Amino acid sequence: MIDTDVITNYIPLFVDGFFLTVKIGWLGILLSFLIGIIASAVLHFKVPVLSAVVKVYVELFRNTPLLVQLFFIYYGLPVLGFHVSAEGCGIVGLGLLGGSYMTETIRSGLDAVPPSQTESAIALGMSRPQVFWMIILPQAFSTSVPALVANVIFLLKETSVFSAISLMDLMFTAKDLIGLYYDTTESLFLLVVFYIIILLPVSIAGTVIEKKARYKIFGS
Amino acid sequence: MNREKEVLKIEHISKGFDQLNVLDDISLTVHEGEIIVIVGPSGCGKSTLLRCLNGLEAVDDGHVYLGEETVNPSVKNITRIRERIGMVFQSYDLFPHKTILENVTLAPMKVQKRKRAEVNEEAKKLLERVGLSAKMSQYPRQLSGGQKQRAAIVRALIMHPEVLLFDEVTAALDPEMVREVLDVMLDLARQNRTMLIVTHEMAFARAIADRVIFLDGGHIVEDSDPGEFFTLPKTDRARKFLNTFTFDTVNKEI
Repeated sequence: MIDTDVITNYIPLFVDGFFLTVKIGWLGILLSFLIGIIASAVLHFKVPVLSAVVKVYVELFRNTPLLVQLFFIYYGLPVLGFHVSAEGCGIVGLGLLGGSYMTETIRSGLDAVPPSQTESAIALGMSRPQVFWMIILPQAFSTSVPALVANVIFLLKETSVFSAISLMDLMFTAKDLIGLYYDTTESLFLLVVFYIIILLPVSIAGTVIEKKARYKIFGS
Repeated sequence: MNREKEVLKIEHISKGFDQLNVLDDISLTVHEGEIIVIVGPSGCGKSTLLRCLNGLEAVDDGHVYLGEETVNPSVKNITRIRERIGMVFQSYDLFPHKTILENVTLAPMKVQKRKRAEVNEEAKKLLERVGLSAKMSQYPRQLSGGQKQRAAIVRALIMHPEVLLFDEVTAALDPEMVREVLDVMLDLARQNRTMLIVTHEMAFARAIADRVIFLDGGHIVEDSDPGEFFTLPKTDRARKFLNTFTFDTVNKEI
């Protein structure tokens, strides 16, 4: 049976974990968007040398688990003389993993924009950066919104491995409480509830954004 | 307006793709207010010629001048030069994520840094003139092909270009829509705009052109006034080309 007193006692602890998960999750996702936009532009415009670098990066980070990447950053960087906080590691790790996914998603959106769009914008006297930011990227986003939302949800869930580098996120809180007091049912119940509190609004917001973004170009 | 003023000067340009010579030593001078129609079989280099004129393609040889300035994708101020050359494409290429009004006002505001209020006012006037007042806040997907093409013409006009290039702007349209777009172009002709028009609409070409250029195999085969070109073409090649637009009555075997 679920003990409601235990739940009330645990809620503040989970709230702390919740804020940490949300903070690292969203900062990491922000970083992943930045990486994704820049790296996908490099691929789309076939920038020499940098394109090869981006391809290696994408394959490296898409094909290794986040946990392994985090261990590398958390235990590897200090060996090389860089000292990064656990939070910093989490953000960078999530950003790099997410960046590899975002790169491919945004690139497919960029490639889907007809080249004649670029030409007509150029013919109007627009500069290359103007064409990219005002014409190509917004259209790429409209086509990619469903995949981008899926990436965001995936990344928020991936934050659950952060407990491995001793970040006191939701997962860490639950594991800790189970280890200390054996209140497995209550802890896991709260864990599920808090993840849903984080993810459900994202999912709903995603649907709304998708509708709005698609309306202009596709109508529905 | 000065009919003697040279707006666009094309000197011995050549352009090839891979092994294929698409344009071969073309020279042409366009004067202010002049309307030149370029006709010719598909693959003769018409579109490539237009694309070289605003630096969408680089010429391999020769020079294109807009006034005193060299037009080439590699010159530093090419975007400033492109502002002065309007181009309308076969596939309209309106920006699908922007409303018709935004499509028209984007470049004047972002490229020419003009004030929003002034640009909006001019855009509304121009859109009204081509019969699109009611469509200003709609997205391109909500318009017919002919409406989209008229909006694309306005998008080029609002930049106040010194010359307008039309690349088969009616080729993708249904017959009734062809008419509405051609009417807009005839209206521009009455305003003494300088225009270079690539088209397969021969009746229209005859009506609007001051000069007809017949292009074949990357060469200018004929450069005549329209009356002469359409009634008494100088070359066999042009005669054959024009014959593809006429049909003999079918005499059925009984």
